[in-house]
Amino acid sequence: MRTEPIITPDGRPIPVARPRHWGRLLAGAGAALVFGWLVLLVVTNPNLDWSAVGRYLFDGQILAGILVTLEISVLATAIGLTLGVLLAVMRLAHNPVLRWLATLYIWFFRGTPLLVQLIFWYNLAFLFPVLVLRVPFTSVGLKWDTNELMTGFTAAMLGLGLNLAAYFAETVRAGIQAVDRGQTEAAYALGMTPARRMRVIVLPQALRIIIPPTGNEFISMLKTTSLVYVVAGHDLMTNASQIYKSNNLIMELLIVASLWYMLMTAVATFLQGRLERRFGSDAVRLVRRNLAGRVFLPKVAA
Amino acid sequence: MSAVVAASGVRMSYGDTQVLNGVDFTVRQGEVSCVIGPSGSGKSTFLRCVNGLEPVLGGSLRVLGEEVGHTLGAGRYHRWTPKRFAAFRRDIGMVFQRFNLFAHQTALENVACAPIHVAGRPPAEARELALRHLEQVGLAAHAHKRPHQLSGGQQQRVAIARALAMEPALMLFDEPTSALDPELVDEVLDVMKALARGGMTMIVVTHEIGFAREVGDTLTFFADGVVVESGRPEAVLADPAHERTRAFLASVL
Repeated sequence: MRTEPIITPDGRPIPVARPRHWGRLLAGAGAALVFGWLVLLVVTNPNLDWSAVGRYLFDGQILAGILVTLEISVLATAIGLTLGVLLAVMRLAHNPVLRWLATLYIWFFRGTPLLVQLIFWYNLAFLFPVLVLRVPFTSVGLKWDTNELMTGFTAAMLGLGLNLAAYFAETVRAGIQAVDRGQTEAAYALGMTPARRMRVIVLPQALRIIIPPTGNEFISMLKTTSLVYVVAGHDLMTNASQIYKSNNLIMELLIVASLWYMLMTAVATFLQGRLERRFGSDAVRLVRRNLAGRVFLPKVAA
Repeated sequence: MSAVVAASGVRMSYGDTQVLNGVDFTVRQGEVSCVIGPSGSGKSTFLRCVNGLEPVLGGSLRVLGEEVGHTLGAGRYHRWTPKRFAAFRRDIGMVFQRFNLFAHQTALENVACAPIHVAGRPPAEARELALRHLEQVGLAAHAHKRPHQLSGGQQQRVAIARALAMEPALMLFDEPTSALDPELVDEVLDVMKALARGGMTMIVVTHEIGFAREVGDTLTFFADGVVVESGRPEAVLADPAHERTRAFLASVL
């Protein structure tokens, strides 16, 4: 926007007036009014004990819960991403049995609610009281008590991880299919087997397309872990609920939990931005050039 | 001289569309065989049949002494496994119209890729060898650039070096200069000429009539999925025996 005065032909400088954005002013004033009113309602609410929020924000049980939430998120995401890549490769395999298995898996885990899956894993002991891993027809092997093995933590990790894998497999498949067919032909022409072509040529290129959306998966996972509450996984939400069940400060502890979830999401969003800058532009350029003429651009920053 | 490629009555179709209608074609050891023809005449498809990228559906295609895609055993031909196809293709280099360099690798990594991952050579040795192959096509200075940092002509020369790195017995060129800007065509043709003079057996699908005349041992004209005529390039170009050939040459010269 021009701020420098305009010089008339006879040499007189005439200042440029700043434009007024009445629409912005109006919208801003309206928003401030409504927002301020809402904040006032909450802050001055006599039923809300703000000192309790401050007291519990750094409570030991809350901090322990955060650690568990992070652990579950990282482990479940790792399981989901690894298994997701495997499923995607299976779905694109020549072997019809592998293709069929992957399709069945994806259908099953996308077709049943996550909550149901979590409760299922947690209660696995009802179906199999002991888990045995044994060399067939011998007595050599390992044996576990299912109740001991299937804690809220393992149930959460398995449930969330296996579920994410089903969704992530579709993302990976799209990434693999976005890699130009010419790359595959060149790999075959050099004497590569289908498996080697996938590992050495196609997957490294597909992963560059897939990496940015994994940030989204992780952010979503951070909050989905709160479902673990139903299987007592000792995560942030479980611990917060245990506190409010004993002292009835429900709103206060929900605020404490939300503040921590928001902080974790903010940090993860920042890291995701870094990840996208590192891989995003590269991936887009790769795909754009390979698919020149075809209408396809990955939505990298979904 | 022994035949490196011997095709007789080769047929191939995409669904109901007949692409190859009985191709007879022979390439001998050390020969440079140029193939011309209108688009859709099946010349590229035939080239892709030679290294098994497309399946032969009828007739016989023998390459490097083997029936492509099948092995005889107990009175029947058995279809190759993907692994067997891969082993067969090791000895055949292919250069594509759109280069198809591996986009996530540098020029050097592209050339060293197959020696490392297919031939199982030690990486250090493969990279040293790759550098020599890049030198051969005049691109040693660009060894650490990614494909998108190279011009089309440079990319195609890297692609040739990549194919040569497996020391193939036969090189296939699928319109190697068709995607290039006119001023970049010669640098690629020069590399191919040097290769031809070195005694490499080559099949070159091309629109470069000048190249065919200069280095080709035979010139074959494809149309409608069959070989219309074939012979010494200077003979075919000066006095085509068929009206189709005459019409095609008139349109490109």
